[in-house]
Amino acid sequence: MKKRFRLSEFLAEKLITATAFMSFTFIVLIFIFVFRETLPIFSAPDEIAATEELGEQETYGNIVLTDAERAVEEKQNKSIAAEEGVTAKNLAGDRWQPISGKPKYGLLPLIIGSLKVSLIAVLLAAPIGILAALFTAAFAPKWAKEALKPMIEILAGFPSVVIGFFALVVLATFIQDFFGLEYRLNAFVGGVALSLAVIPIIFTISEDAISAVPKSLTEASLALGATKWQTALKVVLPAATPGIFASVILGVGRAFGETMIVLMATGNAALTSADPFEPVRTMSATIGAEMAEVVFGETHYNVLFLIGSILFLFTFTLNAIAEIFVRQRLMKKFSGN
Amino acid sequence: MTITKRKILGTIAYTVPAFFALVIVAIVLFVMTYIVIGGWDSLTMDFLLGSPEEGMTKGGIFPAIFGTFLLVVIMSLAGVPVGTFTAIYLSEYASQKSILARLIRFAVNTLAGVPAIVFGLFGLGFFIQFVGAGVDKTLYNDGMLHWGQPNILWASLTMALLTLPVVIVAVEEAIKTVPRELREASLALGATKWQTIRKVVIPNSITGMLTGGILAVSRGAGEVAPILFTGAAYFLPHLPSGLSDQFMELGYHIYIMATQSPDVEATRGIQYATTLVLLLLTFALNFSAIFLRYRLRKRIIT
Repeated sequence: MKKRFRLSEFLAEKLITATAFMSFTFIVLIFIFVFRETLPIFSAPDEIAATEELGEQETYGNIVLTDAERAVEEKQNKSIAAEEGVTAKNLAGDRWQPISGKPKYGLLPLIIGSLKVSLIAVLLAAPIGILAALFTAAFAPKWAKEALKPMIEILAGFPSVVIGFFALVVLATFIQDFFGLEYRLNAFVGGVALSLAVIPIIFTISEDAISAVPKSLTEASLALGATKWQTALKVVLPAATPGIFASVILGVGRAFGETMIVLMATGNAALTSADPFEPVRTMSATIGAEMAEVVFGETHYNVLFLIGSILFLFTFTLNAIAEIFVRQRLMKKFSGN
Repeated sequence: MTITKRKILGTIAYTVPAFFALVIVAIVLFVMTYIVIGGWDSLTMDFLLGSPEEGMTKGGIFPAIFGTFLLVVIMSLAGVPVGTFTAIYLSEYASQKSILARLIRFAVNTLAGVPAIVFGLFGLGFFIQFVGAGVDKTLYNDGMLHWGQPNILWASLTMALLTLPVVIVAVEEAIKTVPRELREASLALGATKWQTIRKVVIPNSITGMLTGGILAVSRGAGEVAPILFTGAAYFLPHLPSGLSDQFMELGYHIYIMATQSPDVEATRGIQYATTLVLLLLTFALNFSAIFLRYRLRKRIIT
């Protein structure tokens, strides 16, 4: 039987497909427009890659630097940006002083700041989130489950500016008094506050992973005489490891990209140090604090977009890794059945 | 292993996770209690309906509430239809193996993982500097900024993009709950695909779509990073009167008052009360979403 052509059907399908395609277009546009604004910094596109690599593996900074430096020097005559002092060397420096007579755009303190705060946040959030998820999925009686899940949703629903405000007003004073600190706002306060935003992510995905472990596995373990906790720790947890790992990776991504909490709670001083109790300035907070004041098209503006691109690439990579782990877990589950 | 040792270990293995679950509950209750206590006294009708006075040290937050409301309305008008259509495409039209469907799914996942501040950068680079400045050049060409500057339209569109994945995921989930049999019955009766979607799928998943919309609004009302430089203003003497005006917003107001105001300590009451308003707003939105979803799940079971 031949299908009759109907205009309304045709239009509906085309309209819906076109709209759906828009969400794909926008992700492409985000890529293009965030990276486009970084271009004026560099005289040639291949140097972007070199510098971005620098950002992600600072330990090899010196080696990469000499190459990138030479490349920049060669083109220095042509490049307007180079005249203003933005070179790979400048970007890899340890001073972030964008507003001064001789501006310095060293990204190192910002990258270290982001890593420091994220690390503290995830180190705190991972045990809490994973163990609470284990409790909910493996041990908890029904009423506890039903009480805990809305709590997590409420925590996930806290606007980040509310957490930031809480950290700024309450948490910072408490931590300063408790540890007897010199600075009220520091990386540790930011990390603790940030962990509140990371816990729901780690909890939710870990809980999914633990719940997805096939019943046959737990039942086999229990039938062999193992107790409930032995089953939970030795059978369920190992089987859910890929999913739990993915949850932690996504947590790192969230911590790295979060802006308002760190902007309000970390003190925002671009210091290069390993001390968790000193103020830090993260990459996201730098964009948040400075973008409103820069002039469109000047070097500072472009460097802020460069920081945004690095953030984007970093979280993008983390999400891709997490995705692979989740998919592996699913495949394992299916092959297990 | 002796029986007692097993028992002790068992108790530890049970109590430690239970303790951490309790920690989460304690954190949530503590933060909420603290903000409720801190803001309760300043939360009056005058505060909710008044404008900031005396250099923002006194007065109310009505412009910020109004701005937030306007932001989420424009955001929803732009984002919810796109998100709903995308979800309908993914679940009704696309075959799971089609390249376009995969690309869109990949894009949605990526979109969900992009940091909020990067959306802000995109809003600035695309909406303001590209679209806005382009419109200024072609329509006005008088060297003045009309659309090529931060305003509520660009902030709302940026926010719509940020909340798009929330809408898509929720609507898709809702559409999945419509039983196959209903669709097949409709198709068997001779209804076309679009008729089936319009008369069977959408009415049966309307609750879920509503949930998606509410979650998106809650997310949009709570995010500040994307609007930091796409339209939010520190203080405005009057409410925004058009799409090209800047606006005040609750979350941004909290940030500004807590960090940049000349006398941070003197305005603590205002800060707490504003935070309380924002918290109650998102709480109410999330709660209704949870409630709707609960009803939806109950329907599936019965």
